[in-house]
Amino acid sequence: MARIVAGIACSHVPAIGVAMDKGLTGTPYWEPLFKGYEPAREWLRKLAPDVAIVVYNDHASAFSLEIIPTFLIGVAEEFPIADEGFGPRPVPAVRGHSQLAWHLAESLILDEFDMTIANQMPVDHGLTVPLSVTCGRPPAWPFAVIPLCVNVVQYPPPTGARCFKLGQAIRRAVAQFDQDLRIVIYGTGGMSHQLQGERAGLINRQFDTAFLDGLTRDPLALTRITHTEYMREAGSEGIEMVMWHVMRGALEERVAEVYRHYHVPASNTAAGLMILENRSAE
Amino acid sequence: MTRFHDYDSIPGTYVYDAERGRIGYALNMFCMSLNKPENRNSFKDNEAAYLDRFPLTAEQRRSVLERDWLGMLKAGGNIYYTIKIAFCDGLTFQDVAGMMSGVSKEAYAKMMLAGGRSPEGNRYKDGAQGPECEHG
Repeated sequence: MARIVAGIACSHVPAIGVAMDKGLTGTPYWEPLFKGYEPAREWLRKLAPDVAIVVYNDHASAFSLEIIPTFLIGVAEEFPIADEGFGPRPVPAVRGHSQLAWHLAESLILDEFDMTIANQMPVDHGLTVPLSVTCGRPPAWPFAVIPLCVNVVQYPPPTGARCFKLGQAIRRAVAQFDQDLRIVIYGTGGMSHQLQGERAGLINRQFDTAFLDGLTRDPLALTRITHTEYMREAGSEGIEMVMWHVMRGALEERVAEVYRHYHVPASNTAAGLMILENRSAE
Repeated sequence: MTRFHDYDSIPGTYVYDAERGRIGYALNMFCMSLNKPENRNSFKDNEAAYLDRFPLTAEQRRSVLERDWLGMLKAGGNIYYTIKIAFCDGLTFQDVAGMMSGVSKEAYAKMMLAGGRSPEGNRYKDGAQGPECEHG
């Protein structure tokens, strides 16, 4: 039987990818951030999952404003790396898990989550930066990846509560898949940041810390944070944190915090990384 | 603005909502076209001629040509789209963020290194506090 063994929350700042691609991770600016990623890489290497479900948002790469899917699942065998306006990142193409992805699509829709299904799409930094952060620079990604996109670019994104319920539905669907697979789920984006307007550069360490604490202690309380509260407290782009709820909903009620790293700044953003394991995990 | 939203009270913030989605579509789709290298080259060769391909308003066109980053947001631009113009110019998110907030690149970078812009005094327009129920 397939099962989700752990969750990873990870910010997906494009500049983090650029720093890795250009070999700048040892510079005084980036070194403290990347040093904090090392234990997570070691943990993931030991865990050696078969599949990662990566919950992220596309940033005007695969999708424009022409069609805006609120929830989308990628079912392809492979996903190429997107050109976001400065050439594709020099990282390996992403290998999918078509069988499991189709199973999830089917199960989720019948469970009343009306997923959009993508047979072909490039993936951008929203997906590849968390992979780089947690896997380094391997010649090929060490596991199959199922991209799950959430709209957070056109207001309104789905609510945190809806995202959490989608996560719960993913957990139910995974349990019905008849292959022995160990799965990790990534919730990406955040933490506090604002990229636009006169208020650009907003960071709220207090909000972020409470959010990280709450993921283990009381995730349901976090799902009641309104969109306006995210934007006011954590910056207009801090609203991306709704995607972390999908990851949390897919885990068991009781989880253990295995690792946490929080660093300001990564360009304009408070970069957060947190690993949660199901209590019943091996 | 067609109706009041509670987020309208957040200062210095342009939420890409239904109204901006309605007026900003062509501007953002022009930006989207810059994902293709051949289009980036055409735009760089002759910006005005390239913009003729898109049904932009005069104000959208002006804000692009003058790199008025706040002006683009006010005219319906979405930052994830307009940033593609900045990439064409060899600018980063942080460069543009500094310009939008009206400080020098150095001052902005220094603010970020010191922990970023504090939410204190930046939650509500005019520093006024909003209704408590909003957070419920």
